Amino acid sequence: MQEMINNGEPVIEIKDLYKSFGNLHVLQGVDLTVEKGENVVVLGRSGTGKSVLIKIMVGLLTQDRGECIVLGREVSKLNEKELRDLRLKIGFSFQNSALYDSMTVRENLEFPLVRNVPNLSRAEINEQVEYVLDAVGLLQTINQVPSELSGGQRKRIGIARTLILKPEIMLYDEPTAGLDPITCLEINELINEVKEKYHTTSIIITHDLTCARETGDRVAMLLDGKFLKTGTFEEVFDTDEERIKSFYDYNFIQ
Amino acid sequence: MSAKKKQHVYSRSLDHAFLAVYNAYVFFIRFFRETFRGRMEFQEMVKQCYAIGNKSLLLISLTGFITGMVFTKQSRPSLAEFGATSWLPSLVAIAIVRALAALVTALISAGKIGSSIGAELGSMRVTEQIDAMEVSAVNPFKFLVVTRVLASTITIPILMFYCTLVSLMGAFLNVTLNEGTSFIAFFESAFEQITFLDIGTSVAKSVAYGFTIGIVGCYQGYNASKGTEGVGKAANSAVVISMFLIFIEEVIIVQVSNYFRV
Repeated sequence: MQEMINNGEPVIEIKDLYKSFGNLHVLQGVDLTVEKGENVVVLGRSGTGKSVLIKIMVGLLTQDRGECIVLGREVSKLNEKELRDLRLKIGFSFQNSALYDSMTVRENLEFPLVRNVPNLSRAEINEQVEYVLDAVGLLQTINQVPSELSGGQRKRIGIARTLILKPEIMLYDEPTAGLDPITCLEINELINEVKEKYHTTSIIITHDLTCARETGDRVAMLLDGKFLKTGTFEEVFDTDEERIKSFYDYNFIQ
Repeated sequence: MSAKKKQHVYSRSLDHAFLAVYNAYVFFIRFFRETFRGRMEFQEMVKQCYAIGNKSLLLISLTGFITGMVFTKQSRPSLAEFGATSWLPSLVAIAIVRALAALVTALISAGKIGSSIGAELGSMRVTEQIDAMEVSAVNPFKFLVVTRVLASTITIPILMFYCTLVSLMGAFLNVTLNEGTSFIAFFESAFEQITFLDIGTSVAKSVAYGFTIGIVGCYQGYNASKGTEGVGKAANSAVVISMFLIFIEEVIIVQVSNYFRV
């Protein structure tokens, strides 16, 4: 499948996507195309369905209507094996890192590796674990458990755990939420480093404008279940649209 | 509340009840499907067996010993009335092997292991650790549920045998202090009345109880929702539901074994 995808070709295509939870209509006709090598930031207020959108992309949720095509496959139509193969190509960084708290950092990183890449020797496993930990700058935490790590360190380890399978697509769910400004900048830098080093295509879900400006090639503004405006950071916020302006002003004041 | 609104509430509750039964059925079937499919997480299963055994050992030792001792003490006056205290070892052994050991082990395990599995999986669910396994192309059901259910199904019969032994030791202590019966005489008399059917039934019971505790704990934890409140609820329902099912299973298995006994 990889050879079919070239630069400029869509890696993710969302077409007229709808998702509701009971009477709560979260996504109401979302359209989005992400091309290979692009970092797209999905901006929006809390509860607008940003996380729901990326969970549909990895098959954790299923849309009510519309299409979600990732690497040329409609996610909701994949069988178990096909979905598993697709997930191997997608890295998902959770908002709260979702590290396995009964395991050390080393075991957290080994967990997906040994189950998805069979017949690796102990030396090869160690080498790969240490390589990704070094890439996120946290090699010294290898034998610590998640409860001993700071919020920023957990985020980095969460990203390292997804990188160990060398994904083609990275989905970041609120990568800077709950972190201090300095750590936020470090995470933003890490997202850009991952793009350069691993040549990934990324979707970054956030409501942090600094993160959007620093990491996004393109920004898509999600409001009332639809993308209100898509473009570069400057294009999106150079507008008279009241809701976008108020979002910008609120973040600026914050 | 108006009659119409009341009717609506009843209808919704009924819907939820049927849905819960259906979901439990799907979970149950999935367990068997996943058990016989793909690579077994053997290392995790052994780890869980150790955790289950280790967690319950002290409590089972204490309750088993006290159960044996107290049961002997309470039975003595009735037998003494007929001058039949020499029957105490076999009476106590029958009670322990046929009913008490399996039930005591199961009830303690339901409280200790069922709640722990429910809380552990529940907290993994609400902190998205189970979703994280899924998106990294690992089957969380196989890793978390299958291993824990098999571990409790294997470990609880072993704990039941241990509980039987400890309870008999409690009974022996009481008998030897009161009647001066020797160790060999006590156990010879105790096992005189125990048949293979008694032991087989006990094993069958504890296998059923172990499976019930594991699957109920996993089901409640795996399907937990609503944050920390959901975790508490999962742990609590894991204990209540498994205890309820254990008593139902006790009645059914005793009826079946009595059929063979006749």
